[in-house]
Amino acid sequence: MDFGFNLSPSSAVELDKVDTSLFRELCRIEPGARTCIGCGSCSATCTASEHSGMSVRKLLLSLQRGKMRDVEKMLTCCMLCGKCTMVCPRGINTRRIILTVCRLYENVEGRI
Amino acid sequence: MENKDQILVIGGGVAGMEAARQLKSLGFKPILVEKGPALGGHVASWNRLFPDMTPVRKVLDPLTSSLEGVEVLLDTTVESVSRSQREYTVVLTRGRVIKCPAIIIATGFKLFEARKKEEYGYGIYDRVITNKDLENWFNTGEDGRVPDRPSAVGFVHCVGSRDIKAGNQQCSKVCCITAIKQAIEVKERFPQAEVYCFYMDLRLFGKKYEDFYINAQRDCGIHFIRGRVSEVAELIDGRVQVKAEDTLSGRPVKVKLDLLVLMSGIVCNPANNHLASELSVPLDEDGFLRSRDNIFSVTESDRPGVFFAGTCTGPKTIPETLSEARGAALGVYNYLKGKK
Ligand SMILES: Cc1cc2nc3c(=O)[nH]c(=O)nc-3n(C[C@H](O)[C@H](O)[C@H](O)COP(=O)(O)OP(=O)(O)OC[C@H]3O[C@@H](n4cnc5c(N)ncnc54)[C@H](O)[C@@H]3O)c2cc1C
Ligand code: SF4
Ligand code: SF4
Ligand code: SF4
Repeated sequence: MDFGFNLSPSSAVELDKVDTSLFRELCRIEPGARTCIGCGSCSATCTASEHSGMSVRKLLLSLQRGKMRDVEKMLTCCMLCGKCTMVCPRGINTRRIILTVCRLYENVEGRI
Repeated sequence: MENKDQILVIGGGVAGMEAARQLKSLGFKPILVEKGPALGGHVASWNRLFPDMTPVRKVLDPLTSSLEGVEVLLDTTVESVSRSQREYTVVLTRGRVIKCPAIIIATGFKLFEARKKEEYGYGIYDRVITNKDLENWFNTGEDGRVPDRPSAVGFVHCVGSRDIKAGNQQCSKVCCITAIKQAIEVKERFPQAEVYCFYMDLRLFGKKYEDFYINAQRDCGIHFIRGRVSEVAELIDGRVQVKAEDTLSGRPVKVKLDLLVLMSGIVCNPANNHLASELSVPLDEDGFLRSRDNIFSVTESDRPGVFFAGTCTGPKTIPETLSEARGAALGVYNYLKGKK
């Protein structure tokens, strides 16, 4: 039946239902990943950001909110130049985090 | 009774205690008046203190013992004040009259009444407590609202602070660091629990505070969600569901919690209105007592011989409060030095 409108699914994220296993695994290897303060320096300096939407800030947040599709998309955009690591005020080794997430993905068959 | 060295200190929190102690060592005869049944003020209700997790007793015990010989009047407050020449005549409740050339006001603050923010459900839902309740639970282990094995605990920052609707525009200054301290303590006791802090801004300005924050993030895995909790609802199983926006991702978030802790803010003590009018000292727009100026003379009022110490003029930490108490005592000394 056509009611003349339709409902879009809720965009709310239920924090207690999100699968954050990959993020937790990442933090076990790179505890610094938890210390991001969302300042955006990494994205601002990233050469790939303007063209591809790459952002370490968003990558870390997406991992914590279960937005795995966004994570996958971003991972393919990084050129591993390391500029983000240079500017991070928390001293997070962002480049190594990107590599670690890639590696974790490889271990999970069928994810990428 | 008349005594040129007699100084009245009103309020027996850490500000008043430290001021009285300093006045004593400067050779005065302080009289400390406290409206409650014990000294210590709010600090007596806390458990361990930021930034070094110092047990409260380590602060209050030396302060208390250094007051030996100081006259302390408990369950007493000020009824009226009159001023003649260079002397204040203060009528206390319980009939005492004190004449003194100077007064230090150290009447402190009031904790925001969390009940007033009805949307957070304090006093309505069983699993909602305040920062003060949590300190009390740390001290006594007794609070039926704190579950035995919570799997998720939330902290709401800025409850009644930075909130014009609640009548308090000011930031309470100590509750961001208190939330982080308490979140770490909760995680220590319940390592299996996920802990969430919902904040508008994190205002962590003091020495070692950033270390606390990094420790909370990295070692305790506490989740910091930038977004103000809009509402809390009780679920059928007694837990509460919190709604907010995760403003960093621009999405609404929900989470079910076993315990929610509201960071009630520091607001002005309404008892100051009476004191202010008796002493003719002005109040600021935020309801706190107004310092002569906010850089050079924070501990001075516009009235000669009337000084301020601690949170009666605005939110402060304990070390700031203690420094002001010392400043106020020195202010009394300098004020009277030329007058003897
Ligand atoms: C939840 C929470 C946790 C905190 N934890 C820390 C911490 O870990 N470390 C830190 O540095 N700071 C902490 N603080 C801040 C600390 O509590 C204050 O700095 C301190 O209490 C200020 O002391 P005070 O003497 O100015 O005021 P108060 O503690 O409010 O004392 C004022 C006293 O004056 C009395 N009084 C009031 N009116 C009158 C009157 N008319 N006549 C007589 N007596 C009167 C009151 O009964 C009270 O005893 C915390 C604050 C909060 C809200
Ligand atoms: S390493 Fe990747 S994410 Fe970092 S600045 Fe270079 S391209 Fe951007
Ligand atoms: S620069 Fe560092 S702290 Fe800032 S958003 Fe990027 S990863 Fe986070
Ligand atoms: S210290 Fe933090 S929680 Fe307290 S009022 Fe200020 S911003 Fe809000």
